[in-house]
Amino acid sequence: MNEMTTIAKTTTLKDWESDQEVRWCPGCGDYAILKAVQRTMPETGTPPEKTVFISGIGCSSRFPYYMETYGFHTIHGRAPAFATGLKLANPELDIWIVTGDGDGLSIGGNHTMHLIRRNLDCQIMLFNNEIYGLTKGQYSPTSRVGTNSPSTPFGSVDRPAQPCAFALGSGARFVARGFDVSKELPTVLKAAHAHKGAAFVEIFQNCIVYNKDVFQDFAAPKGAEDRQLWLVNGEPMLFAKGTKGIALDSEELTLKVVDVVDGDWKAAGVIVHDVTNRSVAHMLVEMRFGEFPMALGVLYDDPRPTFEADVVRQNQAASEGKTADLQGLLKKGQTWTVKEGGPEL
Amino acid sequence: MATAVEDRADKRQSPLSDAVVVRFAGDSGDGMQLTGGQFTLSTALAGNDLATFPDFPAEIRAPQGTLFGVSAFQINFGSSEITTAGDAPDVLVAMNPAALKTNAPSLKPGGLIIADSGEFNDRNLAKAKYESNPLEDGSLAKWQLLKLNISQLTMDAVKPFGLGNKEALRCKNMWTLGLALWMFDRDRAPLIDWLKAKFAKAPELADANIAALNAGHAYGETAELAGPLKQHHVAPAPVAPGLYRTLTGAEAIALGLVAGAQLAKLPMFFGGYPITPASAILHHLSRLKEYDVTTFQAEDEIAAICAAIGASYGGSLGVTSSSGPGIALKGEAMGLAIMTELPLVIVNSQRGGPSTGLPTKTEQSDLYQAVYGRNGDAPMPVIAARSPGDAFECAIEACRIATQYMTPVMLLTDGYIANAAEPWAVPDLATYEAFPVEFLTEVPEGGFRPYSRDEKLARPWVKPGTPGLLHRIGGIEKEVDTGHLNYNPENHQAMTNLRKAKIDGIRMPDQVVELGAEGGKLAVVGWGSTFGPIHQAVRRKRAEGLDVSHIHIRHIWPLPANLGELLKSYDKVIVPEMNTGQLKTVLRDQYLVDARPLNKVSGQPFRIAEIEAAIEEALQ
Repeated sequence: MNEMTTIAKTTTLKDWESDQEVRWCPGCGDYAILKAVQRTMPETGTPPEKTVFISGIGCSSRFPYYMETYGFHTIHGRAPAFATGLKLANPELDIWIVTGDGDGLSIGGNHTMHLIRRNLDCQIMLFNNEIYGLTKGQYSPTSRVGTNSPSTPFGSVDRPAQPCAFALGSGARFVARGFDVSKELPTVLKAAHAHKGAAFVEIFQNCIVYNKDVFQDFAAPKGAEDRQLWLVNGEPMLFAKGTKGIALDSEELTLKVVDVVDGDWKAAGVIVHDVTNRSVAHMLVEMRFGEFPMALGVLYDDPRPTFEADVVRQNQAASEGKTADLQGLLKKGQTWTVKEGGPEL
Repeated sequence: MATAVEDRADKRQSPLSDAVVVRFAGDSGDGMQLTGGQFTLSTALAGNDLATFPDFPAEIRAPQGTLFGVSAFQINFGSSEITTAGDAPDVLVAMNPAALKTNAPSLKPGGLIIADSGEFNDRNLAKAKYESNPLEDGSLAKWQLLKLNISQLTMDAVKPFGLGNKEALRCKNMWTLGLALWMFDRDRAPLIDWLKAKFAKAPELADANIAALNAGHAYGETAELAGPLKQHHVAPAPVAPGLYRTLTGAEAIALGLVAGAQLAKLPMFFGGYPITPASAILHHLSRLKEYDVTTFQAEDEIAAICAAIGASYGGSLGVTSSSGPGIALKGEAMGLAIMTELPLVIVNSQRGGPSTGLPTKTEQSDLYQAVYGRNGDAPMPVIAARSPGDAFECAIEACRIATQYMTPVMLLTDGYIANAAEPWAVPDLATYEAFPVEFLTEVPEGGFRPYSRDEKLARPWVKPGTPGLLHRIGGIEKEVDTGHLNYNPENHQAMTNLRKAKIDGIRMPDQVVELGAEGGKLAVVGWGSTFGPIHQAVRRKRAEGLDVSHIHIRHIWPLPANLGELLKSYDKVIVPEMNTGQLKTVLRDQYLVDARPLNKVSGQPFRIAEIEAAIEEALQ
């Protein structure tokens, strides 16, 4: 632990940059996310050699090549499964999964669900740009209804998945949201890292080529105050410079936006954010942007024992008092000895 | 054709001589597999050599009394070497009409049928589609028939224990086993011990089952003089001295993988997903945690292999196991293991295909899938086990190749090997040469290059967590040596060649001739679980003076270096396979030899007589 702290103090952003040329489109939101991650890493307390970035396939999945850590660029949708095997083989590794809306929610939705359900200790960064970038712009499982794309020239018909609601429904104990150019992103990532267990972070990412500015309605700096609700544990859910807040409509059992007069948020019934309140978390992940501001930051954070710790514990308990005598195991059960004259029991 | 073959076999094998084939058949709820398993154990303890063939339906509890719900267990045992479960049974135990209907046709003429007449009521006869009762209408005249109301005899025997009707009837299989033990002069003591241990928590069930067992045995003793029931003594087979146990293929693979991981000095990670008939390997390994084995039941077949690759990346020996349909799902991940050059063992317990096919029946039809079934030029070693005992050796060999050559390896077995039991001389592990893995832990002289190669063309294995050796791997084409992403045409050509050369260069023993001579008129070339029938057929034909040899291939890919020359030293080559000719095609492709197919895809193993007929035809 002491050694780790020492190393953590000595790394800087530069130490986490690999020598590989970054090959995303100019202006891609991934550049900002990469920098945010590299900015976060020196503060995590984990040395680069104990850190592994695992990705699937897609634009976001090129990420590991650009990190000066261990990295595994795997196959489409399956990064969570590789991460599970790796973590079970070596629970000391600090694993970051990099995935996208297609990789993590379409082809790999099953693995995302099961990784979260099992609560493997890792960070899952799902870059959501609501489009397939690497295959040149088809609509994705998070694309809004009516998205025009090469495969939906008349607009997409199917309703989009909601990543944070999916994660929470899968049993997530940590759900957070950020966006590529947000200066708060390192804070969100640090919280994800500090959470012991599967930490799910949806990062809105601007695909400059195929789905440009699709998040501008809340991510644009101008008017951001009115459209972003940054959640802070123990703080009231306020936005629009403290003039509005989120309250519970106890008649409808839903959330509602209330006006806050003279800063008296208590009088307006604004909820104080409790990251361990799962009921409120369910409402926050379902909060529709437009009627509501976009909920950002840590929506939910309530750890419980991790999968790999439970596996290690069970393996140890099952091995207790037993020796790994394979020769003995080979002879287990009913055996008989054949002598020159024939068998005997 | 088939009838003619059977007739010939019958003349040669006088019933109940030095080798006996017994088939227990009943409803899938009648406990036939358990009966067969325990009879096998008593047979092994009596010193007979043996081979078994469990044959059960895909349905867990098929509707009672139906033809498709019949579960059977065949055992061939004798006083000389036994390598197959036998062609035609000498004795058929039929617990209901459906069992009789589905199994009687394979019984030898003159063979003995023991039928539970208590189950031959109108309802069960109708379910088995009998128009009249075969026990009464003379239709079984070509066999000896023993009608016993086993149901009633069992009920009477267990009466003192106060069981309900249903539970009492569950003891029928033990009554039958007791009779079978008497017929073949077997000791009941180990069975009684086993029942006591099995029902330790319910002593009344133990007592009832033991009473049923004893009653069946006593029935044999008292009824001997009347009718066809006779006691037979099959002398012990002359086998090499040593310690023996019975072993199924699934157990053998589990034990062999543990041994392989220990010889490599690695922890093992096993990722699996339930599938018939491969699940038994997962079940066995999940109990062996003290051997540094971690088992993981994944959410699907793909996750199972990906997790295993992830564990190999982390420095464990990753293993995954499935059957054909699951192996198909794992194909893309195998390609990644080939591209990233990580060790991995993939066990395929083959079953009848395509698609869901015949989940509980045996077939060898995944050879193409194993050798060729991936996108791109993706060479991967393939080895095939011939028997349960051989599966132990093959599992170790798979671990050796995987770790020494940094490659995924596929181990082929099949439903027959997985479920069949045979006596196994427990090997001395000290006689196995260890192949400890050496991880790269420091920057070598001249700098660290993740895709540098040793003399075997294997790249270094570096565990994440190692300071100074940070690097990235993935499925995109690698630059020679550095492992950086590289799309250049010359580099892809060079890397494709390297991947191929590494696999082609795997060192393995030369192909030997199992039986016969190098060169001659005819070679019968097999692989996998056809070993038994081929071996017996070749032995019999050689005894008749025919010039025929048996070659059995373990290393399916790459093939042994001397195999081409060896095959060319025979005038003719026939290849019996439980598929439509897959190894035959590979041999023709690799060596331009005129290998001729002998194919069977009925879900049942070859009979010796079928191969004998093919040998005769080839030598005419």
